Amino acid sequence: MLTVEDLDVWFGHAPERVDAVKSASFAVRQGESFGLVGESGSGKSTILRAVAGLVDTWSGRIKVGGETVAGRHRSRGFHKTVQMVFQDPYASLHPRHSVDRVLSETLHLQGMVGIDARITRLLDQVGLGRGFRFRYPHQLSGGQRQRVAIARALAAEPKLLLLDEPTSALDVSVQAEILNLLCDIRAERGLTYVMVSHDLAVVAHMCDRLAVMRQGRIVEDMDAAGLRAGRAQGDYARKLIAASTRYVREA
Amino acid sequence: MTEMTTRAWLLSDAPQTRRQARLGALYQGWLTFRANRLAMVGLAILVLLVLVAAFAPWIAPQNPFAQDLAQRLQPPSASHWLGTDALGRDILSRLIHGSRVTLFIVGTVALIAPVIGLFVGTVAGFAGGWVDQVLMRITDIFLAFPKLILALAFVAALGPGIGNAVLALAVTSWPPYARLARAETLTIRRADYIAAARLQGAGPLRLLIGHVWPLCVSSLIVRAALDMAGIILSAAGLGFLGLGAQPPMPEWGAMISDGRSYILDFWWVAAMPGLAIFVVSLAFNLLGDGLRDVLDPKEGPR
Amino acid sequence: MTPLLSVQNLRVGFPTRSGLFQAVRGVSFDLGRERLGVVGESGSGKSMTGRAILGLVRPPGRVTADRLDLDGEPILNLPESRMRRLRGARISMVMQDPKFSLNPVMTVGRQIAEGYRLHTGTSRAQARAKALEMLAAVQIHDPERVFDAYPHEVSGGMGQRVMIAMMLAPDPQVLIADEPTSALDVSVRNEVLRILDRLVSARGMGLIFISHDLNLVAQFCDRVLIMYAGRVVEELPARDLHAAKHPYTQGLLDSLPRLDRPVERLATLQRQAGWRDAPEEGTP
Repeated sequence: MLTVEDLDVWFGHAPERVDAVKSASFAVRQGESFGLVGESGSGKSTILRAVAGLVDTWSGRIKVGGETVAGRHRSRGFHKTVQMVFQDPYASLHPRHSVDRVLSETLHLQGMVGIDARITRLLDQVGLGRGFRFRYPHQLSGGQRQRVAIARALAAEPKLLLLDEPTSALDVSVQAEILNLLCDIRAERGLTYVMVSHDLAVVAHMCDRLAVMRQGRIVEDMDAAGLRAGRAQGDYARKLIAASTRYVREA
Repeated sequence: MTEMTTRAWLLSDAPQTRRQARLGALYQGWLTFRANRLAMVGLAILVLLVLVAAFAPWIAPQNPFAQDLAQRLQPPSASHWLGTDALGRDILSRLIHGSRVTLFIVGTVALIAPVIGLFVGTVAGFAGGWVDQVLMRITDIFLAFPKLILALAFVAALGPGIGNAVLALAVTSWPPYARLARAETLTIRRADYIAAARLQGAGPLRLLIGHVWPLCVSSLIVRAALDMAGIILSAAGLGFLGLGAQPPMPEWGAMISDGRSYILDFWWVAAMPGLAIFVVSLAFNLLGDGLRDVLDPKEGPR
Repeated sequence: MTPLLSVQNLRVGFPTRSGLFQAVRGVSFDLGRERLGVVGESGSGKSMTGRAILGLVRPPGRVTADRLDLDGEPILNLPESRMRRLRGARISMVMQDPKFSLNPVMTVGRQIAEGYRLHTGTSRAQARAKALEMLAAVQIHDPERVFDAYPHEVSGGMGQRVMIAMMLAPDPQVLIADEPTSALDVSVRNEVLRILDRLVSARGMGLIFISHDLNLVAQFCDRVLIMYAGRVVEELPARDLHAAKHPYTQGLLDSLPRLDRPVERLATLQRQAGWRDAPEEGTP
């Protein structure tokens, strides 16, 4: 479904050039859920942005469903295949567009017909219901906003969903609701997920396999069971798991 | 529907239709605006100004052009509430008719300058690269001249007259709007909601018009309302220098200019139009402040 | 023995278009020389409680309490000038993000030294020595270099340590830490916590640790208050947190995904109206 080979991403020009991602390679199979974990600045979100076509300074090879993409340009077919949910639901919805406007514009752009019925169905699917259709973002809570963002991503009926820390801005009880929703949707539609998170427990819950990133490089590949059991090959991943599990008070 | 339920319907957090949502948003804005007393004063003055301009021929006690040299330079009295000028014309009537000229100037400039600015600024900010460079250097060139001097140059080239004065003011006052719009666009451009729309395949034109403009427009409106005071003063300045409205048109700036030779002995000739300019400028400033509370997208509602 | 901080029936209200909004509704607790955790979700009033104690609630917000005593002395609604002398010297606060709490155009060392001088009135040289000592105390290896650095030149974890150094320099009796590690990565987080822990116990301070992270609080604090909708719904020793009685606390714990316990679906919290309106402490 998604193959990334030897991906380099950088920002800025030579003396101040920052290499955000350094020769990263991984592959995600159809129907799989893949996690990218790491601390801030490790380049995990940047990989998603490069795949989505939101960054143009990259080299290497990105293949989505057999189609090789280049630079920042993406075909119409790509937008129907790949969609993204962003980290901050407060920044990912246009402050002056109502839910109705967001979804109808999206459906229109994706060339869908029967827009009215589809909006109702999408809202039901993400657990909001039609009562939310004409609300503006400021009339929604963080969790509700993220549901709208998920509905927007689902509007195109994509095959691959890129999830950039979809719950890190939310309270834990709301996080549970959103994670359950994402699980349900995946089971229902047979979607492929690539999920970025700094929270190992969330990734273990959501993903089958994951890659640990550090300073732009993928330093470890493991599966969820290995993560839960703390079976890491490298030092860094082991330390990261230990630090996430508990804070040890000094004697 | 009774008063109470209309209000509840408007303030509903779960609007049922597109219309209810829109009206609700407008009503929320109105409530915020209404909470600002001074802004309401400003609005009241401006509504009054519009009414006066609309009904000028019926309100004005006398013909603003009728000269009566026997009655020249009369102080305020029962027959001439605000006195008469050097040609014996009733100052109140001239002020009332002059409000039309003022509104014409303000309205036209407010339509032209922010629109040019919005267009130039958002295109420059959104496109970036050489488009940005070219548009912003042009903006810089305009900004490098003092506004009034540049307007003077334009009027001198085009010939004096109220139409050319307005044109000159509009052409010289757009650069600040362009700067403002560009600055806003630069932050908006990086927002996640723009990235999300891009992922749906939205083209640059759609992003610019549908996503960037609605956010820029509100701050431009606020800025325009605050600038109107300056525009009125500039127009009056041009009138004062004889390059704006031509006699006998009752333009407030020109009226001050006429009164300047008598300012020590017959103060009301210059003071009355000066007072009118002051009040209207102040009203625009108050209105702009109130609008900022309502429209500033950064400080959400409530 | 009088507690370091005694709070009785604390309330914070904000007038809104639709009536008074009560952010904090009758919170009471005593703080000794201990680490007290305050946990809750956004909007539970946990941060507002901290701000109210420090007198940082801005008008039109209103703070009332039956008692708000610092070491036996009432500090409720003191005039700002007296409160300012108290803040920093005897009661201090560390915020979530050091980026917004440090002055960007002043070097880190000068900010610590100035803050210290303001409260103690010592000489410049002494203040400088104290600042260097504090930087060393928060495990900064080359205090001299960091002293002359500007806030943008230090990393997030370093910035938070600088904040802690600054806040602890005048030896306050009570430190309120509002999500001090939420903006930090896990590895840095633990280091900052350890520093905080060590300083607090060495100086016999009282610490109020405000956080949304139940597990962290359970491991770091001695005692925990769980807040919901502006009220304390449960209070218990931190080591017993996992045996919490209140359905809200249990719900919060269950909704967390855990590495050591895989589940098919996460439990979601079913909020009950009763949690908001249960009888409040401190009201007859």
